[in-house]
Amino acid sequence: MSTAETSPTTLEQKYEIAHLKLVPKRHIGRTVAAGIVLLLLAALIRAFSVGQIEWSYVSDFLFAPVILQGLVNTLVMTVAAMAIGIVLGVVVAIMRISGNPVLSWIAIGYLWLFRGAPALLQLMIWFNLALIFPTLGIPGLFEFRTVDVMTPFVAAMLGLGIQQGAYTSEVVRSGLLSVDAGQYEAARTIGMTQMKMLRRIVLPQAMRVMVPPVGNEVIGMVKLTSLASVIQFSEILHNAQVIYYANTRVLELLLVASFWYLVVVSVLSVIQQRIERYYGRGSKSIRASM
Amino acid sequence: MTKDILVKAIDVTKSFEAFKALDKVGMEVKRGEVACIIGPSGSGKSTFLRCINLLERMDEGAIWVNDELMGYRRDGNNLHELSDKEISRQRRRIGMVFQRFNLFPHLTAVENVMEGPIQVLGHPAAKAREEALALLARVGLGDKANHYPSELSGGQQQRVAIARAMGMQPDLILFDEPTSALDPELVSEVLDVMKDLAASGMTMIVVTHELGFARNVANTVTFMEAGKVVETGPASEVLTAPKSARTAEFIRAVHA
Ligand SMILES: Nc1ncnc2c1ncn2[C@@H]1O[C@H](COP(=O)(O)OP(=O)(O)OP(=O)(O)O)[C@@H](O)[C@H]1O
Ligand SMILES: [Mg+2]
Repeated sequence: MSTAETSPTTLEQKYEIAHLKLVPKRHIGRTVAAGIVLLLLAALIRAFSVGQIEWSYVSDFLFAPVILQGLVNTLVMTVAAMAIGIVLGVVVAIMRISGNPVLSWIAIGYLWLFRGAPALLQLMIWFNLALIFPTLGIPGLFEFRTVDVMTPFVAAMLGLGIQQGAYTSEVVRSGLLSVDAGQYEAARTIGMTQMKMLRRIVLPQAMRVMVPPVGNEVIGMVKLTSLASVIQFSEILHNAQVIYYANTRVLELLLVASFWYLVVVSVLSVIQQRIERYYGRGSKSIRASM
Repeated sequence: MTKDILVKAIDVTKSFEAFKALDKVGMEVKRGEVACIIGPSGSGKSTFLRCINLLERMDEGAIWVNDELMGYRRDGNNLHELSDKEISRQRRRIGMVFQRFNLFPHLTAVENVMEGPIQVLGHPAAKAREEALALLARVGLGDKANHYPSELSGGQQQRVAIARAMGMQPDLILFDEPTSALDPELVSEVLDVMKDLAASGMTMIVVTHELGFARNVANTVTFMEAGKVVETGPASEVLTAPKSARTAEFIRAVHA
């Protein structure tokens, strides 16, 4: 280093730099990407506006009673099938980790069977159960004709709920496994019975792990209920089809149905966030520590 | 069995696969006394504690707490294992404090203490809360009642864990290295609470490496090695004038 550079005046000049304006680096990639996306979006919007879509049909049918009734049926089916799925999921997961080999094998068999066959196929089997079992019940006690019981609603609820239970049981099981062994021991030490320990200590902690995937499954179920249109259950897609068979505005009615699916899924996502926050109490959030 | 013996263990033996973790371990703790168990890592100290409150099932031997045979019912010449429910009932009378605290993370400090009294003993919520707050005040955490465990230091968490054990009004509290997971400056706040508890007449079995605590607070000290009791006796004798060379060596090593 030469002496000239360290002389007071040059040092002052050097530190002058501290007063210059700071210019953030340019994210050229982002600008370009945003530009491309905007162009594609514009092309898409243009395509839909000049395409053979009669938007008036979309707005006319958006709140049509048949569509709204279909929406309600979709929601009812989602709740019913998911309720069955969650109850079965919890029971089967507890059976699986119970340490009782018989229960554990029943759980594994259930998972294998109902996760293995396509949901649509299962719906059709439930719906057509009358072909192999004309009557259901306990002979001598009570009995009814299968076709009377196995309505589209019941068949869809059983078919969707029971196959959902297989998936949900794996979510519940991973939740249970995520709880530290020390928690089980602490609960036992204060004298809790097995059931009380699961209900009060283990499941509330497992919920934190389970809520995001279960939320995912609820959203999946909203859309899966559309399969029930195949067995004549009047959910929203089925009702949209009924209308377009009559007026031939196929795409318009499919857009109406899409709109409602998106609305329902958006509302559910918000609810999921709330639930996650509730079960996250007592734990430091990942976001805060990142 | 005499009335003043609270814990009596005879020939407790336990293997994990082929490995004998406990080999005919015996112990006797009088009501109101503090018994310390010391010994090298892997000597079976935790396993023995866990046999007392039935977290671990022993292969042979018998343990009585408060004159009640733990885990089994005698029927003629057989001992029948108790049901889940009966085992839970026996465990209520025995508190346990763990090395890693094991507080319930989804419950606040006061809820941790109330959980057992409400859910297990069936106490009304208002009474349980009042008693839990009093216990937290006693361990010096009156102002932390509504904090979650994740918001407390290790020493504070362990004191909540002690309050949780006390909340069940047990006959006996087991401590498994209660200060081993703590930063050095937090050890004394937990030991002070334990000292206080001992002075109040609580019967305690404490697995610890804190020989100072053992010397000042314990009535008896038991030295274990390789699943066996090597030496047991009054604290002052075992710690200052051990009979066994192995005990002396261990104590020297801990002090070093
Ligand atoms: N669940 C288990 N399965 C297999 N081996 C085990 C199990 N629990 C304990 N052991 C073994 O039994 C022996 C005694 O373990 P224990 O935890 O009782 O020792 P300890 O004296 O408490 O040691 P430390 O001071 O390290 O806590 C150890 O060798 C350990 O590896
Ligand atoms: Mg140990």
